[in-house]
Amino acid sequence: MRVCVVVTLKPGVLDAQGQAVLGGLRALGYRTVSQVRVGRYLELAVRDGTPRRDLEAMCARFLANPLIERWQIEVDDPRPARPRRRAVPEGRDRR
Amino acid sequence: MRVGVVVFPGSTCDRDCLQALRQVGAQAEEVWHTERDLRGLDAVILPGGFSYGDYLRAGAVAARCPVMEAVRSFARAGGAVLGICNGFQILLEAGLLPGAMVRNRCGRFVCRDVYVRVESVRTPVTWTLRSGQVLRLPVAHGEGCYIPPAGLDPRQVVFRYCDASGRLRPSANPNGSVAHIAGVCNAAGNVVGMMPHPERATDALLGSADGVPLLEGLRRLDSRSRLAAGGRGR
Repeated sequence: MRVCVVVTLKPGVLDAQGQAVLGGLRALGYRTVSQVRVGRYLELAVRDGTPRRDLEAMCARFLANPLIERWQIEVDDPRPARPRRRAVPEGRDRR
Repeated sequence: MRVGVVVFPGSTCDRDCLQALRQVGAQAEEVWHTERDLRGLDAVILPGGFSYGDYLRAGAVAARCPVMEAVRSFARAGGAVLGICNGFQILLEAGLLPGAMVRNRCGRFVCRDVYVRVESVRTPVTWTLRSGQVLRLPVAHGEGCYIPPAGLDPRQVVFRYCDASGRLRPSANPNGSVAHIAGVCNAAGNVVGMMPHPERATDALLGSADGVPLLEGLRRLDSRSRLAAGGRGR
């Protein structure tokens, strides 16, 4: 499955990069922009059915720094989130 | 005194550290980032540079290298650890020191000499100095704006950016660090991180020799332990 993670600085943490980008937009004449926050976007290919808590742990332990950053996880999982109750059809899902 | 200087892919100040340590009479050797055993060393330096190209966050990837598990055990056993610049960022990312770094408030890479005031003499690098002493040291970093965790014990602040006379003027803070913090230590005091480069200030010809006493502090650690054992304390 495909997992998209967006990491941004927490509100209140100085975003010098965002301010520089805001300055650039202003210089181009875009006066309607009042704030820019620059973040990081990561796309992960992850085995189907990987539990949400593992994804959260990846963010908390490495992909983001919880002291200054927050993150959003979006999962594009073809399989249902909970384990299936019925037996898996033969010949499928063998890893 | 045997001091190990860890070499990560992208370290750039490892040679400077080795050279400076040898200059003050320490036995200095390189430690590769895949090393898992630091036995025999009396102190470890994580040098400056751009480990792993600053990918993800400065120091984030290096902090998960095999050698950092060894550094963690070394620190837990009371060994002296000094992180300089990128080495400081790595110690923060590894959770061996409190806080985090973000980009400089000015948005630019800052490369110049600054003054720092010694705030704590309870560390392996500052134990020979006096509290309040002002040092002139170079900085060179893009992400050096230090954010402390809520409730950081002020006794863990080792250096603050100041002007030549030791005052905490906003203009003396090169990166916007909270409370002018330029260096911190762990609760035990044996792990120290600092943004300025003492190894680049080892001769008046280079602009300053104020880095020498810090490295000498490391080299003379054995005499510090003898002092402590003799009941003289710190």
